[in-house]
Amino acid sequence: MDTTTIETNFRSEEYFINMGPQHPATHGVLRLLLTIDGEIIKKVEPDLGYIHRSIEKMCERDTYQQIVHLTDRMDYLSSNINNEAVCLTVENALELEVPDRVKVIRTIIGELTRISSHCLWWGVMGMDVGALTTYFYGFRDRELINDIFEETCGARLTMNYNVPGGLMFDIHPNFVKRTKDFIAHFKTKLPEYDKLLTHNVIFQKRTKGIGILTKEDAISFGASGPVGRASGYSCDVRKHHPYSALDKVKFQEALKTEGDTYARYLVRIQEMWESLSIIEQLIDNIPEGEYRVATNAVIKLPKGEFYQRVETARGELGVYIISDGVKSPYRLKFRSPGFSNLSLLNHIAVGGKIGDLVATMATLDLVIPDIDR
Amino acid sequence: MGSMKDSKPTDMTNQKLQELIGSWFPNPEAKSIPDVIVEDVIEEGSDKKPTAETIINPSLLEFSEEGSQFLNIFVQPEQLHTLMSELKKNKETYFDYLFCLSGVDWGTELGVVYHLESTTFRHTVVVKVKTADRENPTFDSVYDIWATAEFHEREVFDFFGIKFNNHPNLKRLFLTEEWEGFPLRKDYVDEINMVIK
Repeated sequence: MDTTTIETNFRSEEYFINMGPQHPATHGVLRLLLTIDGEIIKKVEPDLGYIHRSIEKMCERDTYQQIVHLTDRMDYLSSNINNEAVCLTVENALELEVPDRVKVIRTIIGELTRISSHCLWWGVMGMDVGALTTYFYGFRDRELINDIFEETCGARLTMNYNVPGGLMFDIHPNFVKRTKDFIAHFKTKLPEYDKLLTHNVIFQKRTKGIGILTKEDAISFGASGPVGRASGYSCDVRKHHPYSALDKVKFQEALKTEGDTYARYLVRIQEMWESLSIIEQLIDNIPEGEYRVATNAVIKLPKGEFYQRVETARGELGVYIISDGVKSPYRLKFRSPGFSNLSLLNHIAVGGKIGDLVATMATLDLVIPDIDR
Repeated sequence: MGSMKDSKPTDMTNQKLQELIGSWFPNPEAKSIPDVIVEDVIEEGSDKKPTAETIINPSLLEFSEEGSQFLNIFVQPEQLHTLMSELKKNKETYFDYLFCLSGVDWGTELGVVYHLESTTFRHTVVVKVKTADRENPTFDSVYDIWATAEFHEREVFDFFGIKFNNHPNLKRLFLTEEWEGFPLRKDYVDEINMVIK
């Protein structure tokens, strides 16, 4: 056999591999169809729907109080913020003014939810790139928040604490003290996160310059949350369309301009500091008053269309309700942040190495039920 | 109604937006109709004849703020793509962020609702397009204007059976290829999987 035949036998060829739906780095049932040439990714095509439950169709037959329960099951790491989004839409439609106490408590719990979600993300992000310790650190601190939630409303994850008109119960007498204890604790732990992972040379080499998203592309792909902000795109709904008590607090929008995986990581770390600061501004000033205003047992929204935007831990969640005046919405659409953020994965992963895909995907912080709905 | 706290650093009010956007699509019937245009329409052999309307709108677009916190623009399917690319490109509107794209079944009509925001001016509009053709509803894709539309349009196709011209990869997204029917349509029936109250 001469050399020419050997060369033709070793021709480069694109091939296809299947990642998921049971892959540990997809954190749920996401299947990616990867076309690769050697180590280089040529195409990423997500295959969705493994846990599609048609929540939007179910909403069309449910009452507005029942819909709040379903939103827990979308982005389960931001469950309280999802609940709040539906409640705000209903309250705005009914022109119902909720007490200041409710607004402040909603904001505090929303920010605790964000920290809890980012703790989990930080733990699994480290694990995805091979640093197992972070998983235990992240979950250790997240447990403390879940304990506070459990004492407040009985649930640790799918809280269902908000109802149209306010909150299901008042806060527990221990709430303020435990939250302050957590802040004091977490302020000593966040620098440890930096020592352990942020400044780690191996981690930086695996994340810097990987999966770059430009600002123009971020806007075009509808990126939101930390994914958009790491590309220098100011997209924080809490800043641009403040809701609840967010117009009363001062905080900095975490912005980076690099747009790479490391920038998305840093944005989330900074967001945890900002969330701590928001809670500190509010926790000593929870106004006295009612925790709920009465609504009709069967809520009927007036005819029309209502849209509410909130910032979950993953980005912009939109609730779009078309009402024809009866007890259920005529059409309800959830604009989920994860769905838009996933749509740009192909764009930023193509041309990179398959080993970096896991790190890139980790900083998109996908929650699959949020995408599938 | 709605969140009145929304920040608007621009002086572009909904009224000004309406005048500006409406002027891109002047209604030929609102002015004196040049004979040439009418002849052209008839010569093309189209069976559509210009219908007399009681109120003549100066624009081919319709605008409404009733029952919504945003300015709503109703557009005909033929003008959808031209309108959308102008909304994005025009320096005074610059709607670069498509933050929501939803399919809606209005009973007899099927349609798509686009929520647009400008990240520069922070103003918002809603564009609505409808068709009475339930057998083969088709609109132009806007994925070449906003990349996020690619996935969102696939979702609309999956649940409503609305097709999008020039879409690069129009196939079911959540449901399997063998799935029959389009579940979010109001006339969809599934006796096994649906619990009706």
